[in-house]
Amino acid sequence: MTILSNIGLSLLFITFLVSLYGIFAAVYGARRNAVVWVDSARNAMLLTFPLLTLVVFSLVLLLTGGDFQVAYVYSVTSRAMPLYLKITALWGGQAGSLLFWSWLLSAFIAAVTLRRWGSSHAGRDREFLPWVIVVGLITLAFFLLLSNFIENPFERYWQTPAGEMTALFQPKGALPLIPMDGYGMNPLLRHPGMVLHPPLQYLGFVAFVVPYAFAMAALITGRTDDRWLRITRRWTLFAWLFLSLGLVLGSWWAYQVLGWGGYWGWDPVETSALMPWLTGTAFLHSLMIQERRGLFKRWNIILITLTYSLVILGTFLTRSGVLSSVHAFAQSAIGPLFFAFISISFVVSLSLLLYRWNDLRAEGQVNSILSREALFLFNNLLFMGILAVCLWGVTYPLISELLTGQKVTVGPPFYERASGPLWGGLLFLMGIAPLSAWGKSTLATLGRGMWKPLAASLVVVVLVLVLEVRNPLAVLAFWLSGLTFFITLFQYLRGVSVRSRIAGEPWLTALWRVGGRNRRRYGGYIIHLAMVLMGLGIIGIEMFQSETQGALNRDESLRLDRYTVQFKSLRVFDTEDGRNVAQAVMHVYRDGRFLDEYKPRREYYYDAQQQVTIPSIRSTLEDDLYIILADWQPMTATNATFKIYHNPLVKWLWIGTYLFIFGMVVALLPREGTERQRGDEG
Amino acid sequence: MKTWFFLIPLLLLLLFPSAVWAETVEPTVVPSDDEVNAIAKNLFCPVCENTPLDVCPTQACAQWRELIRLKLAEGWTEEQIKEYFVAQYGDRVLAEPPRSGLNWLFYLLVPVFFLIGIVIVGRVLRSMRRPAGNAPGMAVPAGESDPYLAKMEEELRKRLKE
Repeated sequence: MTILSNIGLSLLFITFLVSLYGIFAAVYGARRNAVVWVDSARNAMLLTFPLLTLVVFSLVLLLTGGDFQVAYVYSVTSRAMPLYLKITALWGGQAGSLLFWSWLLSAFIAAVTLRRWGSSHAGRDREFLPWVIVVGLITLAFFLLLSNFIENPFERYWQTPAGEMTALFQPKGALPLIPMDGYGMNPLLRHPGMVLHPPLQYLGFVAFVVPYAFAMAALITGRTDDRWLRITRRWTLFAWLFLSLGLVLGSWWAYQVLGWGGYWGWDPVETSALMPWLTGTAFLHSLMIQERRGLFKRWNIILITLTYSLVILGTFLTRSGVLSSVHAFAQSAIGPLFFAFISISFVVSLSLLLYRWNDLRAEGQVNSILSREALFLFNNLLFMGILAVCLWGVTYPLISELLTGQKVTVGPPFYERASGPLWGGLLFLMGIAPLSAWGKSTLATLGRGMWKPLAASLVVVVLVLVLEVRNPLAVLAFWLSGLTFFITLFQYLRGVSVRSRIAGEPWLTALWRVGGRNRRRYGGYIIHLAMVLMGLGIIGIEMFQSETQGALNRDESLRLDRYTVQFKSLRVFDTEDGRNVAQAVMHVYRDGRFLDEYKPRREYYYDAQQQVTIPSIRSTLEDDLYIILADWQPMTATNATFKIYHNPLVKWLWIGTYLFIFGMVVALLPREGTERQRGDEG
Repeated sequence: MKTWFFLIPLLLLLLFPSAVWAETVEPTVVPSDDEVNAIAKNLFCPVCENTPLDVCPTQACAQWRELIRLKLAEGWTEEQIKEYFVAQYGDRVLAEPPRSGLNWLFYLLVPVFFLIGIVIVGRVLRSMRRPAGNAPGMAVPAGESDPYLAKMEEELRKRLKE
């Protein structure tokens, strides 16, 4: 096993050197206009991926083989853990997740080198190549610097006369120290949601490096037209898809594992992950304005720079320990390095932007505040408003601690109050923007497309009033959701109707083909519909959640809304994988009618000495009943405390996610019946 | 004189009923878990990072929840309980920074930022606008308000003619 550790360690360092060489060769090649050097840099960039694959493979073998002399293996695995968790322990701790980040990044930037650089636009795209390599490899080199010198996953335990220590190489007079078993991964991470959430989130993070690299390359080379946007449009969509899925999966994991009764707690780590999504979404909309109307070129550079910086900031906030205390930041070496990297990259990006400021003048005008581009601008303003709320909410506790010594908490009430109206505004804009035209729109044109969906949305209002919803904010939220849903649906159906009428196609054929004609547009519509569905889930849980808690003896019950939950029994047992499980059996009734048996449980992990609460959830399209075993008496097992949440509509959040994925696939597929764009994008 | 002395306790009882009862009546109703959680929900665990007190699974938090129950049983209000926790553990136990001192900056900065954003967007729009008569918007044929659909209609007609 020692050989594996040494191989991994050596290759990690070699990859770092290769990336440094690639940066040098690319800059030299670009400055001297030497194609050979640029090609050499390209090969270096390509080489980082197989090299890091071998590093990752070495670490995975160490993790699965249980080499506990390696400190990282000891900290995240134990003998009792199943094989799949030992593999996913690769991203279960700090050193491993930084390496994993680098590996994914190398995969992306290596893939960029494989695009046909000279096949279109008279090979002019090759101008971008050296600078794309420089930006990609600088980012990679920074993370490899951390992995090599600060958080090396191959550090080992040694026994010296002075005591235990960790070091990469055997200190003089030290003997290898091999613990009998590992500490094991944090039990909260031993869940399918957490197996998939980090890779998706990281994929989203690293994929945004690609459009940023092209943006910087455009500024450096002076190619300030929209070519860099067209090349990276698919990369951006891809990044946004994975970032979105990462967020949803993280929420699903929180809902299934944390036992808080909800999916989102405005925790700083969650909020940090949301921030690049906000700027990325704003960018996705804003880039269309540049493509269609030649406007907001500077703003697009700012947005992609912000997204890149927030990706790094999110990693910094979660990895430096700064969130627990500003003093932890000062004590760790990783924090100041991250801070320096973010600051330098941000300042350099802005300097390049200022340098090209005059070249990035708008080519067109905004002629009407109801035009599509103006509405997209308002959409961007709202996204930036939510970003300001999040950024300020995450950083203010640090500022307060730094300036006054007093630590404060910024919890859900602030975020919900400050960002709620902005989300509502976005929902409204999402509804009406597809009705407006590029260039010029009037109230009359908007009204013509709007009156039918508006009438349909009023039916929704009547329906929710009949269902005795009296909260004005809830009624407003349902109305906005209904309006957006019907406008989007009507827009799609109008396209189908036109196609069916003119081409004489059956409706179903037209339904399929109309999407193929403009996948970006109709993929976007599907995504908007998905967002409305997800919004329904959020409205349900945020505005209508109810809860109760109580200690029950056997056969006693708790009532919540229309549900009765009866405690039948409690069983405590050990499992083969090192858990002590306390599992209650509950009978659930609705309006007096027996529904089913549910088994909430608490698990105690012997290796990590940590307890996890696993709720039992009855999930339907109408609502979720979320039962938690909050506490129990170890001696008797006849009395236990249960907490029950009633979460209306929350399932629509997850259903919307499936539709969202479908919409993204539609948007990402090449346009039907044309090869025109092949080689033109990505 | 002595004959109406027995009225004094009765008079006191009428004038200060709560004071008299507080000394004589023991609290008999134990606050429910839901009453405790309603307050604990708005407090954060002083030890764990960013964990509301009502859902924190640690033993320490279970004891703090019992403390809230005790205080409620003693007749404390929600505000008094919050003040007690702040005095013991600092402002970090509150779900939001208290509205005082530097914290006003916290509450004012985001609205100010947003207003600046509105002003900037307004200026951008004004600087980019030109008279509507010169607008190069997409041509919209009569009967079809959506330029994209109009274009699609036109393309489909052409294709059918070919």
